Amino acid sequence: MRDFYGVTLGNPLMLGTAQYPSPAVLEAAFRQSGASVATVSLRREGGQGRAFWDIVKRLGVHILPNTAGCHSAREAITTAQMARELFETNWIKLEVIGHADTLQPDPFGLLEATEALAADGFDVFPYTTEDQVLAARLLDAGARVLMPWGAPIGSGLGLNNRYGLKTLRAAFRDVPMVIDAGLGLPSHAADALEMGFDAVLLNTAVAQAGDPVGMARAFALGVQAGELARDADPMNSRDMAQPSTPVIGKAWL
Amino acid sequence: MSDITIIGAGVAGLCAAYALSKAGLTPRLIDRAGAPGPHGCSWWAGGMLAPFCEGAVAVPVIVAHGQRAASFWAEVTEVTHRGSLVLALQRDRVELDRFARRTSGHRVADDLAALEPDLAHHKSALFFGAEAHLDPRRALSDLVAALAARGVEIEQGEVTPDKIAGPVIDARGMAADLPDLRGVRGEMVVLRAPEIELSRPVRLLHPRHPLYIVPRAGGLFMLGATQLESSDRRGVSARAVLELLSAAYALDARFAEAEVLETGADVRPAFADNVPRVSVQGRVLHLNGLFRHGYLMAPALATQAADYLTRGIKGDLVHED
Repeated sequence: MRDFYGVTLGNPLMLGTAQYPSPAVLEAAFRQSGASVATVSLRREGGQGRAFWDIVKRLGVHILPNTAGCHSAREAITTAQMARELFETNWIKLEVIGHADTLQPDPFGLLEATEALAADGFDVFPYTTEDQVLAARLLDAGARVLMPWGAPIGSGLGLNNRYGLKTLRAAFRDVPMVIDAGLGLPSHAADALEMGFDAVLLNTAVAQAGDPVGMARAFALGVQAGELARDADPMNSRDMAQPSTPVIGKAWL
Repeated sequence: MSDITIIGAGVAGLCAAYALSKAGLTPRLIDRAGAPGPHGCSWWAGGMLAPFCEGAVAVPVIVAHGQRAASFWAEVTEVTHRGSLVLALQRDRVELDRFARRTSGHRVADDLAALEPDLAHHKSALFFGAEAHLDPRRALSDLVAALAARGVEIEQGEVTPDKIAGPVIDARGMAADLPDLRGVRGEMVVLRAPEIELSRPVRLLHPRHPLYIVPRAGGLFMLGATQLESSDRRGVSARAVLELLSAAYALDARFAEAEVLETGADVRPAFADNVPRVSVQGRVLHLNGLFRHGYLMAPALATQAADYLTRGIKGDLVHED
C-alpha cells in the first residue's frame, strides 16, 4: 500500500458516510467493507452535526473530511479550516465544484485552494479530473495525493475515460492516486486497482444500494480482487487468439 | 390522583396519555410549554401516514406498525384515506423503477388523470392505495380535546423524571438527553396555492432533492422536508427553500405563483437505527427516537408502552436495560 501523507492504509477502500438509511446501517456497512478511511462532509450541517460525527469517529477508521458542496476556493478554504478544528486532522479532501449539474471540479478554484491550504499545513487530497496538466499544477501547489474522478459524482458510470486515467497513472508513477466518484459496481473498483490506482473512494454505490451492507461486502471483495490481480502482473491483452494448448502435432481430422 | 406522570406533550406524550387512559390508567401530563405548538417538532410534521412509501428506506418494523397508525388517529381526528402518489420527472424514470422495487402496496398509476387531474401531465407514477394523511396541527389539538374529555389536562411546568415520584413516561424528545439520541434537522415550507387541487400526498423522487407535498384544507400545501445530520434549530436555510420550491415548481409550475405562508425548521430525535424505542430504566419509560415517523409510529410506541405497563407485554419496540 502506498503512503498517504505518512499514513499507510491497510485497505484500499475509502467510503463516504452520506445517504445511508440510518447510522446503524452505515456502521454495519463499514464493518463489512473493511474500509480504512471514512469521508465526512460538514458544509450543510453548520457545525451542529456532532452526534453524527461522533458515530463516524467511533468507526475507528481514518477520517477524511471533505469540502463537498463548496463552489469557490474561498468557501472550500473556510470549510477546510472548520474541518481541521472539528476532526483534529490535517487531511482534507478538497472539492471545489465548478458546475451544479455535472458536479465537475472547477480546476482554477481547485488549484487556488490547494495552494492556500498546502501553505497552511493541510494534507490536501484534491478531487480533480484526469487532466495531466492540472495534475502537474496541483502537485506543484503542494498536493502529494491526487483524486481523479472515475465519472461524475453519483453517476455510477465507472471509469469514464480509461485512456485519460491510464495516461495520468503512467505520467505520475510515484504519486498516490485515489479514484474518486462515479463508481457504481465492485467491478469498477476492481478495474481501478487493476489499472494501478492505489485506492478507490465511493459513497452512493453502497449507501443507496437496496442492501448497503451486502454491497459493502461486494466492494470489499472487488478491491481485494483488483489488488491481487495488479500484484500478480496481469497478462497482456492481444488482438489474435493464442491457444492455451499447443496445436502442433494434434490430430486434426 | 394519577397512576403515572408523562413529561412532554408532543405527539409521543399525547399518544401515550391517550393509550394509557384507554387502558384504564389515570395519567398526569406535564409539558414545559403547555399545549402543543411551534416549540415542538410535532408541529412541523407533514402528517403522512405512508408506511409503504417509508419502506423504501425504513426497516420492516416501521412498515408493519405504521399500517395501524391511521385507525388509531381516526378515533380522535380526521384522517383522509385517499392513498398517496409517487412521481418522477421523465429524466428520473429509473428512480421510480427503483422505488417500486423497494416498496410494496403499490400499483402503476396509469389512471393518473382520474386520480389527480392536476397532475395529468406527468407520465409515470405509483399509487399507494392503502396510505392516508392527516393535518398534524389539527390532530394535536383534537388529541388534546379527546384527552380533556377523558379528564386529562396538560399542566405547564418544567420537570425531570428524577423529581417525580412513581412511574414516569419521559417523552421530552431531544430534551431527554439520552446517550444514543441524535438530532436530525428537517426544514419545511407552507404555501397557499388555491389554483392547484390535490387530494392526497405526492412524493417527487429526485436523486438530489426529493420532496413531498401534503395538501391541507383551504388551498394550503406543506412542502417537506430536508433531512440533515444536524441538531441546528435555527430557521430554514435559503438552500432548503430553493430546493423545496424548485422541486414543487417542477411538479406543477403554478406553484411559482403561490403565497409563501410559512417556513419552519426543527430537529427530530432519532436513535442510530432510526427506529423509535420504549426504553425501560427502572420506574422511567423513555418514549423517544420517532425520527421522521412521529405520526406514523407514535401510536405503536404508545400502545406498546401501555401494554408493557398494564399487562407486562414486551413488544418489539420495548428495550429493557
